[in-house]
Amino acid sequence: MNSVNDERMKAPLILEGTAAGPHATEPDTRNAIRSQRHLGHVALQSAPLALGLLALLLAPVFLSDFRLSLLAKFLTYAIVALAIDLVWGYAGMLSLGHGVFFGLGGYAFAMYLKQEASRGALPDFMSWSGLTELPVFWAPFANAWFAIPMTMIIPAAVAGLVGYMVFNSRITGVYFSIITQALALIVSILFIGQQPYTGGTNGITNFQTIFGRALILDDVRLTLYYVTVAVLVLSFLLSRWLISSRFGWLLVALRDDENRVRFIGYNPAHIKTAILMFSAALSGVAGALFATQVGIISPALIGVVPSIEMVVWVAVGGRGTLVGPIVGAILVSAAKSSLSEGSPDYWSYYFGALFIGSVLVFPQGIVGGARQLSSFVRRRRPGYRRV
Amino acid sequence: MDPSVIIVQLFNAMSVSSILLLIALGLALSFGLMGVINMAHGEFIMIGAYTAYTLQNLLTSALGDKTPDVSFALAIPAAFLVAGFAGFLLERLLIHRLYGRPLDTLLATWGVGMVLQQSARSIFGAPNVQVVAPSWLLGGITLAPGLVLPGKRIFMVLLAGLCLSGVYFFIYRTSSGRRLRAVMQNRDMAAALGVATRRVDSITFSVGAGLAGIAGCALTLIGPIGPTLGTNYIVDSFMVVIFGGVGQLTGTLLAALGIGFFNVMFEFWSTAVVGKVMVFTMVIIFLQWKPAGLLALRTR
Repeated sequence: MNSVNDERMKAPLILEGTAAGPHATEPDTRNAIRSQRHLGHVALQSAPLALGLLALLLAPVFLSDFRLSLLAKFLTYAIVALAIDLVWGYAGMLSLGHGVFFGLGGYAFAMYLKQEASRGALPDFMSWSGLTELPVFWAPFANAWFAIPMTMIIPAAVAGLVGYMVFNSRITGVYFSIITQALALIVSILFIGQQPYTGGTNGITNFQTIFGRALILDDVRLTLYYVTVAVLVLSFLLSRWLISSRFGWLLVALRDDENRVRFIGYNPAHIKTAILMFSAALSGVAGALFATQVGIISPALIGVVPSIEMVVWVAVGGRGTLVGPIVGAILVSAAKSSLSEGSPDYWSYYFGALFIGSVLVFPQGIVGGARQLSSFVRRRRPGYRRV
Repeated sequence: MDPSVIIVQLFNAMSVSSILLLIALGLALSFGLMGVINMAHGEFIMIGAYTAYTLQNLLTSALGDKTPDVSFALAIPAAFLVAGFAGFLLERLLIHRLYGRPLDTLLATWGVGMVLQQSARSIFGAPNVQVVAPSWLLGGITLAPGLVLPGKRIFMVLLAGLCLSGVYFFIYRTSSGRRLRAVMQNRDMAAALGVATRRVDSITFSVGAGLAGIAGCALTLIGPIGPTLGTNYIVDSFMVVIFGGVGQLTGTLLAALGIGFFNVMFEFWSTAVVGKVMVFTMVIIFLQWKPAGLLALRTR
């Protein structure tokens, strides 16, 4: 990818990341063009990225096993956050149902892990709920090479179906959010209700091996960690490429003025469905990595509340930036796990405040705010000519 | 099938619808007016329910055995006022600052909801609590042998009917209501003609919150209440708003009746879970046909 293209795509998005509407964009776009001419900017932006990646690669050296497994979990969250940001930060659709896509991917892979753990016998929860035979749709998942693509195909298919119906009837804005939230609700209660097939409230757990190797082995855990890092990096690069393409421009155009995009001759329903499917597929992979490393996937991890938590990662990190969601997911999850170790009750207060603060006080998030600050400082630098 | 079973089921559907209607009215009004979906609306229900609970506890020492009879009657207006005041504060402190940013408002109000739920947990404890129903609602009307309409359910339907009439009167027969309709149809034009749109927002939002409080009060009749009481009803009420369309009372009424009815019907035929899934699917398919909902306000 050439760097000019890269700058062009990034700058305007970062600065207008609040999605404050068409009125707010104009001066920001000018800022963007201004900073685009500043060549040092490129280096300035890539350096933290490279440092971050280095830290992730070296993390196993410094962290204890427990901390590393936490970090692996947070990285799967980071992938979901990235996926949500594509839909929300760029295309302007606030999805409150990404837990569903995360969960579908997780369940799809858990079906493989569970069957491998059962070694040909009926998975334990099925016999507890009185099932005597393996359900037909479980059988193909015994093969990992079937299950892996399914972690992307199933969420993408659900996203495609719901998305197409919703977008085709031109449902936007708050309506879309409500419908995706309802989706999260019904999928989670559906999974709770179908205990013989999904493990009910407990979900699917007690995995033993992956590709015949025990999940508790150190080298398996380490490999899984690096796979997670690789998926995250790959998703990041893929999203970056997508956002800098014509398609990415269309997404932002949709966010800012959907009717204009329609009048130019595009069908917004198709574009929106496509990005939602892509985002769902990413979330599905994240879910699969989560289920494997955390050892469980259950309705409590995919319902209304976790889905909206995922959105807050993006809001805190900075929507409309690709780094922001990753930073947000890791920081918020880390804060949650350290704070709720001490006093679980207070976490709700902090978290509620985080919701309110992330829109009221720092709508651009950590990364968006930092970038604005740095461009502000740069503008003040003597010798820099204004355009 | 036994006809009396059908009648009882239909009646249950109606009482479910009444609650949904009370909850959805406030949501639909504030959505129609400000384009905002208030995620903390469920917590107004919870506030209303806990108002009834607190009132009962406060009055016990003074009234003794007679408490439930008196306190419940007092709880309804009290719940309206307390929840309405909470709504007023929320609108003034938060929603009004986020004008024109509906998605952000949605997130922020969710945060408020979390804080309110946790506060309820800190104040009243996490376990559910029970409000004793007044003796004047304990009986029922016997239509035929084995066919009893429970008094509590009748009361819920009547209460919703009363509130609906009140809202109807407010919107279509008072000058505040006229201003409300004007702002809903065209905010800028109404403002240009001298309507204090901010005040209209504030009043409408408070009334909506108050209605949710009344719904919470009514919910104490059919079961124990807890900090997450509102969450169970809120997604259904969102569905009512979407299904019914925005800006017309009739749309909300029909949608509440429809969703309550189908929920009970599907639940009766299969399970509660399948019922919810069917209703959701139905709403999505319906929106293919009428994206703006049953009855939407047409403006130029």
